Amino acid sequence: MTGHRPDTRDAGPRSAGSGLPARRAHATRARRKTGPAYPYALYLPAALVYTVIFLVPTAMAFYFALTRWTLFDSEFVGLDNFRDFLAEQNLSIGFRNTVVYAVVTSALKVVIGLGLGVLLTSKLRLRGFLRSLVFFPVLVSTVAVGITFSVLLKPDTGLVDKALALVGISGPDWLGDASTALLSVALVDVWKGVGLATVIYIAGILSIPTDYYQAVAVDGGGAWHRFRHVTLPLSWPATYSVIILSFIGGLRSFDLIWTMTRGGPGFTSDVIASIIYKQYQAGFYGLSTAGNVLLFVVVTAIVVPLNWFLGRRQVSP
Amino acid sequence: MQTSRRTMGTALAVLTMAALTSCGSGSEPAADGTVTLSFLVDNSQATLDTAKVLADTFTKGNPAIRVEVETRPGGTEGDNIVKTRLSTGDMSDVFWYNSGSLLQALNPAQTMVDLTGDPVLKNVQKDYLPVVTQGGRVYGVPAGTALGGGILYNRKVYEKLGLKAPTTWAEFTANNDKIKADGTTPVISTFKDTWTSQLFVLGDYYNVQAAVPDFARDYTAGTATFATTPAAQAGFEHLAEVHAKGHLNEGFGSATSEQGLKMLVEGKGAHYPMLSAMLPPLLKDYPQAATDIGFFGIPGTDPAKNGTTIWEPPGIYIAKSTEHPDAAKKFLAYIASPAAADAVNKVVQPAGPYRIEGARLPDDAIQVAKDLQAYIDKGATAPALEFLSPIKGPALEQITVAVGSGLTPPAEGAAQYDKDVAKQAKQLGLEGW
Repeated sequence: MTGHRPDTRDAGPRSAGSGLPARRAHATRARRKTGPAYPYALYLPAALVYTVIFLVPTAMAFYFALTRWTLFDSEFVGLDNFRDFLAEQNLSIGFRNTVVYAVVTSALKVVIGLGLGVLLTSKLRLRGFLRSLVFFPVLVSTVAVGITFSVLLKPDTGLVDKALALVGISGPDWLGDASTALLSVALVDVWKGVGLATVIYIAGILSIPTDYYQAVAVDGGGAWHRFRHVTLPLSWPATYSVIILSFIGGLRSFDLIWTMTRGGPGFTSDVIASIIYKQYQAGFYGLSTAGNVLLFVVVTAIVVPLNWFLGRRQVSP
Repeated sequence: MQTSRRTMGTALAVLTMAALTSCGSGSEPAADGTVTLSFLVDNSQATLDTAKVLADTFTKGNPAIRVEVETRPGGTEGDNIVKTRLSTGDMSDVFWYNSGSLLQALNPAQTMVDLTGDPVLKNVQKDYLPVVTQGGRVYGVPAGTALGGGILYNRKVYEKLGLKAPTTWAEFTANNDKIKADGTTPVISTFKDTWTSQLFVLGDYYNVQAAVPDFARDYTAGTATFATTPAAQAGFEHLAEVHAKGHLNEGFGSATSEQGLKMLVEGKGAHYPMLSAMLPPLLKDYPQAATDIGFFGIPGTDPAKNGTTIWEPPGIYIAKSTEHPDAAKKFLAYIASPAAADAVNKVVQPAGPYRIEGARLPDDAIQVAKDLQAYIDKGATAPALEFLSPIKGPALEQITVAVGSGLTPPAEGAAQYDKDVAKQAKQLGLEGW
């Protein structure tokens, strides 16, 4: 990650102009002298909103996780909710599904994203158009994607099965069959998310200096050599970002699964988030809060070391 | 500083205005003394049609009271809306909600107007009251009709194959074999709408009670379970059996209840385990459903004890936060009157008997309602378990989908449900769990 890095120290609006450096220096000096850049009153609304909408409920959640809570009243029950949540019959299925989903989606996004990235950085007619086309699904609401694909994937009457029937394949009941449900949702997730991976790869590939490609050409290497020995290793930072982003996205996935299968059929496509949501739906507010507290602890346990590790990597690549 | 203080003053004024205007909407009586009641109902077509007729005909008789119908989603999403609005004191004046076990979770003593001994209940049948009662206090009047939970069947298919409505499970299976041999789907299942998968278990309660009369009491006390009571586990076994025998429609895993009803009416499927109330909204598009579709209870083992499980009507309740309790009571008294039943009959075909003294089914009632009435006249009905016990496990619909798709063996499904029930009982804070 060498090269241009934007200077983020100055958060103020940048009006391009000749007087800028002088003004910036002045502002920095003034800030050091008087403390924050703006009067505290201006921070107040944001602080208030953050406190009321985030900090207070978060603190309350830790308390309500220890109670039997019906919204009307709550009764302190100690750690019972945590015990009950961990004894949840389908927690192990949910945990396994969460990991499978995260691994499948991030792996496919890396492979397809890299392929599309290479394709869309080559000299291609309609390149700009194709780039927008690939990115388009990222912009669509997840729920809308879920509902659309539920219709497309219907057995017999859905477009996917009809298309397969044209070539003589009788498609399965994608979302209603236990063996294909989770995988079908994962594939839709890839369709929706691969645009972002592609954009990251395009940026990564374009930042590779052309000297390397010229060197391969001088040595008489072909397209495969260019890809295998230049593009692939030098787009590693992009791969890294794609893996991390889609893995975290996969771990906390909920909306697509909920709109397409609701964790079904039975419990076969349940993930941690949908299990927690079902407790909430059943009116077990204390129990589902306990589940969220556990999820919070687990995510923190993964993200904090990861963040530290990534931060270190960025300093010395 | 001058500017910023003025800016802040303006901001404050805007905020205050916004707060004031957002609070002040609605419920003050208008200048001419008319009162407006808000009436929250779920958004199913049958409910909405019924609610609108009740509101319109009531206002005709009481021009000083207007009723505005509001809708909410059904299912668990709707439960949460009702609970949230009740607990924040933001409920509509009058609302339509389930009776039985779901009502218990609303904490009626704190959130609803107590109707015990009130003349509002004058016309309500006495045996309905327990399902809208908590702690000896009555909170609601019946909305619409009772309904049957059993099997809707296509009488045309039965006629063609010379079959008769089964009185035992063995007869039912024999019918299914013949129907399948004829190339028609014997049993329609629609597991995309997961709730529809529960009928074989919940609708079997009449048979459970016939075999184990004290099941509901012992189940509530935690001493009887589905896995250890063979009659109770039979429902799970039936579910597994129709799947194992290949009696289900193709694509049952992603079919919706709407598709299932269509299949039934068009004769592509012969049986659909369902609630009778699902039929009336279909009459608009398929008038033949009125005569072609019949109803029988889920058959058990003993032909002499053949009967059916019925669901009591939902209740209509008054929120404690209402500013017009008298107007609301007037509305409830009208709802629980034969006149209201007659008005509703004109718009929504009843799917079962009323729980209001003096309210009768119309002469041209649909076949399903007539079949259900025959069971009631025979005295061969039992209320569903959720009206006899406050506990109903929330994961039943997922478990029944898993059992009905052959993913979980029936005995294991019953055991999973017992655990789910235990969790619910603990969350309700019941004694002895």
